[in-house]
Amino acid sequence: MRTRFDEQLNTLGQELIKMGALCEEVISLAASALIQKDDALAAKIAPLDHEIDEKERQIESMCLRLLLQQQPVARDLRQISAALKMITDMERIGDQAEDIAEILPFLNGRTLPEHIEIREMAKATIKMVTDSVDAYVKQDTSVAEAVIASDDIVDDYFTEIKSSLISLIAQNPTEGEYALDLLMVAKYFERIGDHATNIAGWVLFSVTGEKTYGRPQTDETEK
Amino acid sequence: MADTIISAGNLDFYYGETHALKKICLDIPEHNITALIGPSGCGKSTFLRTINRMNDLIEGVKVTGSLTYRGEEIYAPDRDVTDLRKNIGMVFQKPNPFPMSIYDNVAYGPRTHGIRAKARLDDIVEQSLRDAAIWDEVKDRLKKNALGLSGGQQQRLCIARALAVKPDVLLMDESTSALDPISTSRIEDLAMELKKKYTIVIVTHNMQQAVRISDRTAFFLLGELIEYGDTEKMFSKPADKRTEDYITGRFG
Ligand SMILES: Nc1ncnc2c1ncn2[C@@H]1O[C@H](COP(=O)(O)OP(=O)(O)O)[C@@H](O)[C@H]1O
Ligand SMILES: [Mg+2]
Repeated sequence: MRTRFDEQLNTLGQELIKMGALCEEVISLAASALIQKDDALAAKIAPLDHEIDEKERQIESMCLRLLLQQQPVARDLRQISAALKMITDMERIGDQAEDIAEILPFLNGRTLPEHIEIREMAKATIKMVTDSVDAYVKQDTSVAEAVIASDDIVDDYFTEIKSSLISLIAQNPTEGEYALDLLMVAKYFERIGDHATNIAGWVLFSVTGEKTYGRPQTDETEK
Repeated sequence: MADTIISAGNLDFYYGETHALKKICLDIPEHNITALIGPSGCGKSTFLRTINRMNDLIEGVKVTGSLTYRGEEIYAPDRDVTDLRKNIGMVFQKPNPFPMSIYDNVAYGPRTHGIRAKARLDDIVEQSLRDAAIWDEVKDRLKKNALGLSGGQQQRLCIARALAVKPDVLLMDESTSALDPISTSRIEDLAMELKKKYTIVIVTHNMQQAVRISDRTAFFLLGELIEYGDTEKMFSKPADKRTEDYITGRFG
């Protein structure tokens, strides 16, 4: 019974895992390009983002077809609707990695000041994305909950970086533009953390049926 | 939540040796549509038929436990069964109009309850046909034989016939399973409309129908009530693994 439907759900899961892997790759690239000041790495980001966009469209139509053909209920309904929501967050992660890549040329190859913890922030954000995909792959609620909890860590990094940058400008007003560019980068990492949190939230919903809501989203401001 | 109109407490039902309902406890709220689902032979129809004692006619049946309608025992020895069936009407799987005119089909019940006045009967027939959303289609041919109607129209006529005796509860046993999708959707719309005035209990094999029209769903398996609750919750987050397996088509 229902072999075909199970196969389709299985394929949906595989595709989501692929899209998740692309997200991990794109954000790692953005972080490496920033830290190693490597333009060649930065150039790889835009094509990867297009690949993510393509995957989103592909998974979206799979989900819509499944909703139409199978009229899913219970666990199946949760899995498919969670997938539809997750791909939106994954697609945004791709966009934000690309946004970071666009800022990198303006940093003029400068070495990041040691006391500005943007490397640490990037590392923490990458971990959130990796773990949220991992939580999905393993359907593991404890991993998902850990991702949601670690959003605060990334938020704290953002606040600290912001005050470091404010003092940087205070000490040397000509650093204003550089500081603002770095602040933007930090903000994008912070938003990527939010999307990873959302993904983890949808994993929880898919497994348990419980909805968790993070902070209200302000997607308009980041376009 | 709405008041309970029908309440089963540890209800057991036997066809001779066959234990068809086991310790059923279930409260049906007024002005709701309650759907009974489950694999064939799990006892849905049996439960539905205990509510208006349609099973009485079968040889060797035994009922124990409690089953009340508006607080009074349905199986009390002094219960007036004709009166009970007037209050709790039934619509079956196959439309079964009597081989007589449309008018006489609907007037049949009121007549057996002693209503003879033409004007009064006319009123009841029109109102019942209107409530069953078929008036406009038949008003010009009330004297025509009911068997000339389409299947979907016949089923709505049967609903009108059930409504004509002014029931309180309407039991529908797979009442759309023999109908085409358009007729099915008309009956579903009708049920949603009728629940404002009546309480409806349906048996359905169509999960999507249960989702579309019912407020509450009861899942039966092998004579037991496995899960009962809010339909939306049951179909998005069932509490019992067996419910999940059944509604997602993993068995049944
Ligand atoms: N008239 C009958 N005589 C004996 N056994 C019956 C009768 N009607 C139903 N049963 C038995 O009772 C059980 C429940 O049947 P039923 O209520 O018709 O199930 P459902 O409507 O869920 O398909 C089944 O095992 C069935 O064989
Ligand atoms: Mg039946």
